[in-house]
Amino acid sequence: MKKILAASLLALLWFQALAIDRAPAFEDPAMQTRYERLARELRCLQCRSETIADSNAQLAVDLRRQLRELMAAGKSDAEITRYMTERYGDYVLYKPPLVPRTWLLWAAPVLLVLGGGIAAAIVISRKAKLPDTDPTDPGLGAS
Amino acid sequence: MLKYLVPIGLFAVLFGFMYFGLGRDKQTLPSPLIGKPAPIFALPLLEDPSKTFSNSEFAGKPYVLNVWGSWCVGCRHEHGALMEIARRAEVPMIGLNWNDDREQALLWLKQLGDPYAINAFDGESRVAIDWGVYGAPETFLVGANGKVLKKHTAPITVEIWDQEFVPLLKQAAQP
Repeated sequence: MKKILAASLLALLWFQALAIDRAPAFEDPAMQTRYERLARELRCLQCRSETIADSNAQLAVDLRRQLRELMAAGKSDAEITRYMTERYGDYVLYKPPLVPRTWLLWAAPVLLVLGGGIAAAIVISRKAKLPDTDPTDPGLGAS
Repeated sequence: MLKYLVPIGLFAVLFGFMYFGLGRDKQTLPSPLIGKPAPIFALPLLEDPSKTFSNSEFAGKPYVLNVWGSWCVGCRHEHGALMEIARRAEVPMIGLNWNDDREQALLWLKQLGDPYAINAFDGESRVAIDWGVYGAPETFLVGANGKVLKKHTAPITVEIWDQEFVPLLKQAAQP
């Protein structure tokens, strides 16, 4: 069991190493981690539903190189984000920013759960008040 | 009464969302560059790597920047329209040859005709990224004031040129 666990963990690590580029982009592990995090926050605009970390489309490869260069030049996360959105718009961010235009988008999960909950509560409370009319119920007519 | 109004209301809202969603173009991304100064670049010429071209040479004049590559199927589609637009000579067209092979690109121009006033070779995507290019072909209109007035993603046609670009040419000519 331990062996299987160790093997699968190793396999995971190996995939992690393989995930972006062939070789690590930075020798400094902290920079490499930051690079991988940033690459996962940027959208590949050629493939839309992939980040530039996941995609090997030419544009994703080029944007990763741009990201490495900006990081090597000592740019902050905010500066890199601005660099990308100035060129490609907010859509380049895999996680949409919280601005008035996206309030509905961000609120949607809460609104849907609330709406569903209210509807369910109404239906359940109504049904609870109805007499039991299940024909297979031996107690039919008893209530 | 409420029993009927609620589902009808919900249906109407859903119908509205879907109806307007149908007609929306979700493929074309709005360019944040519109109304902003066009990025200035300096790149080697497609025909001659030893020579450099910068779009600053067009300062004070309107121009069209067309992003293309010989690997790009859509570019082949629009090539006829580009030839017609070039024939009219309303505005000069700069070609941005993106991530291409020089020989292939030159062969393309020889076989299909050359609508470009000049062709810059962007082999490393650097200029393409500065212009927010995400898929060729893309066509930009830059005004005499150096600002980006319009961007069209996907193959251009003479109809699109007439309807969306020609009306802007007057404005583009203003300094």
